[in-house]
Amino acid sequence: MNVLEALRSKVWLSAGLLLIGLLLLPFLVEAGLGKSWVRILDFALLYIMLALGLNIVVGYAGLLDLGYVAFYAVGAYCWALLASPHFGLNLPFWMILPMGAALAALFGVLLGAPTLRLRGDYLAIVTLGFGEIIRIFMNNLNSPVNITNGPQGITQIEPVSLFGFSLGKTQEVFGLTLSSPHLYYYLFLVCVALVVFVSMRLENSRIGRAWVAIREDEMAAAASGINTRNVKLLAFAMGATFGGLSGGLFASFQGFVSPESFNLMESIMILAMIVLGGMGNIWGVILGAILVTMIPEALRYTGDLQRALFGQVYVDPADLRMLLFGIALVLMMIFRPAGLLPSKQRKRELAEEAP
Amino acid sequence: MKDLLRVEAVSKHFGGIKALTDVSFTVRKGEIFGVIGPNGAGKTTLFNALTGLYQPDSGAIELDGVSLYRRKPHQILKTGFARTFQNIRLFHNMTALENVMVGRHTRTTSGVLAALLHTAHNRKEERDCAAYAMQLLNRVGIGKHAHSLAKNLSYGDQRRLEIARALASEPKLLALDEPAAGMNPNEKNALRELMVSLRSEGLTLMLIEHDVKLVMGICDRLVVLDYGEKIAEGTPETVRHDPKVIAAYLGAEVAA
Ligand SMILES: Nc1ncnc2c1ncn2[C@@H]1O[C@H](COP(=O)(O)OP(=O)(O)O)[C@@H](O)[C@H]1O
Ligand SMILES: [Mg+2]
Repeated sequence: MNVLEALRSKVWLSAGLLLIGLLLLPFLVEAGLGKSWVRILDFALLYIMLALGLNIVVGYAGLLDLGYVAFYAVGAYCWALLASPHFGLNLPFWMILPMGAALAALFGVLLGAPTLRLRGDYLAIVTLGFGEIIRIFMNNLNSPVNITNGPQGITQIEPVSLFGFSLGKTQEVFGLTLSSPHLYYYLFLVCVALVVFVSMRLENSRIGRAWVAIREDEMAAAASGINTRNVKLLAFAMGATFGGLSGGLFASFQGFVSPESFNLMESIMILAMIVLGGMGNIWGVILGAILVTMIPEALRYTGDLQRALFGQVYVDPADLRMLLFGIALVLMMIFRPAGLLPSKQRKRELAEEAP
Repeated sequence: MKDLLRVEAVSKHFGGIKALTDVSFTVRKGEIFGVIGPNGAGKTTLFNALTGLYQPDSGAIELDGVSLYRRKPHQILKTGFARTFQNIRLFHNMTALENVMVGRHTRTTSGVLAALLHTAHNRKEERDCAAYAMQLLNRVGIGKHAHSLAKNLSYGDQRRLEIARALASEPKLLALDEPAAGMNPNEKNALRELMVSLRSEGLTLMLIEHDVKLVMGICDRLVVLDYGEKIAEGTPETVRHDPKVIAAYLGAEVAA
């Protein structure tokens, strides 16, 4: 066996181990931390997709979008309306999911187009406004014609179901009893793998370079032959596609959507995942999404801890969560401004600075 | 020789400042054409108006018979007019090689789908693009820095990288805005040789330059701007002795 073959088999071996680990993860989590954590795991996967989508817009193309959650909402409502008793529709998931993603992409272009001339703070403020507009629409499109059912939201949304096999209830698979969140975990894992694959391919492509060029210097990019309008719209559309996909999965998983789930705080959280993890680096963004989803959940236990130590709860865990989260972000900005896992460019640069 | 670039009565103002007033000249195929004039004369504004970064107020611009007037920068580049910037504008957090590969954007075609599917055409295009970019880096003399970030290159190397990026689009006309600024004598010599060898391959160059010796030595013809107006055009010999030029700007420096 030559060196290359040995290396290749090593890569395959670690990929295989990673896969087995990911397949077993929900069992371990359920055994070690309890059922509710499998759900949290599912949400972490949804947020990974969202964060990777926003990473295309903010991390690669450098367009600070504070209304990203709008695309999550579009995907979620698309699913909710086409697979629930609200309109009496129940389209199969392989139809709705692409439709939701495509509709989100269309919204990406529609909301992106008016912002093309804006940058930095101005872009952030306008996109923030767009995000809120979408949410307010969802809130108010219940009269005169009831489309979204307003603030009450849409309930009894159909779960993903494939050949009559529903992910919405506990199922027996190969003699194992798997809960609904456990089943969804595997679906989400496949979708995350797809989104990671797409991100990686785009990052190292002509289009990916054009995005980064625009982030670095828009005028020089234009003078180098890049049609900045089209390439920016493409970034908005690609990012929105991931958001729409994630939104559809969210609606089916949750069984319920309401405008409340798509507020500004969500957009800011998704942005925080990118900043914390490492803007522009896929693995950093994934790490950021996992941490930002999981840490607040873990901090819930501080309530029990306080009760055990002091006999009563002094600080509401919900407040503590935000406080510690804020401190963590500030510390990050001081000590690791490029994120936990900086992008390859940043790493290369650090390597070069060393003698 | 045939005309390549025809500029006719191009004007551009910023509020009350008339940065360019009815500037006309032609650049011929295969020559090095100088644009000189004192600071603030409108040289950079001229380049910006020609390459679409500024919208001219009026006039006509034609490259090889194709009108560039009020076209977008990327369209102008595609017709074969590339440029560099006086205040270096690189993609700082990309490697030198990636910078030049971006310069080949209009010479490559892979879109999202090709990138996702890694089609044979896409893979070949990426390979060829990287090889072409590498060749250009070697040509301008910074091949060994291919994988350094643009922002970590020395000042002179950054200027050369900008030239390589512009050349990557395989232009007919290359406009250089003070390429020798901040270069040491060795680097200046290498730059002069590069320009001469590019010209010998049939490329046409426009050159804004303050180093009088360099510009007079290398240019076939030049135009002199002052307060946004053309005050002279011709060979270095004629321009050098033009009383208007001497009075307006160069003075003893040129006559000497
Ligand atoms: N974007 C701009 N806005 C306002 N004034 C400008 C702008 N660009 C150039 N100018 C003005 O136009 C004149 C010519 O500038 P410039 O073309 O940079 O001169 P040069 O390159 O010959 O030194 C100057 O008076 C400058 O202040
Ligand atoms: Mg200038």
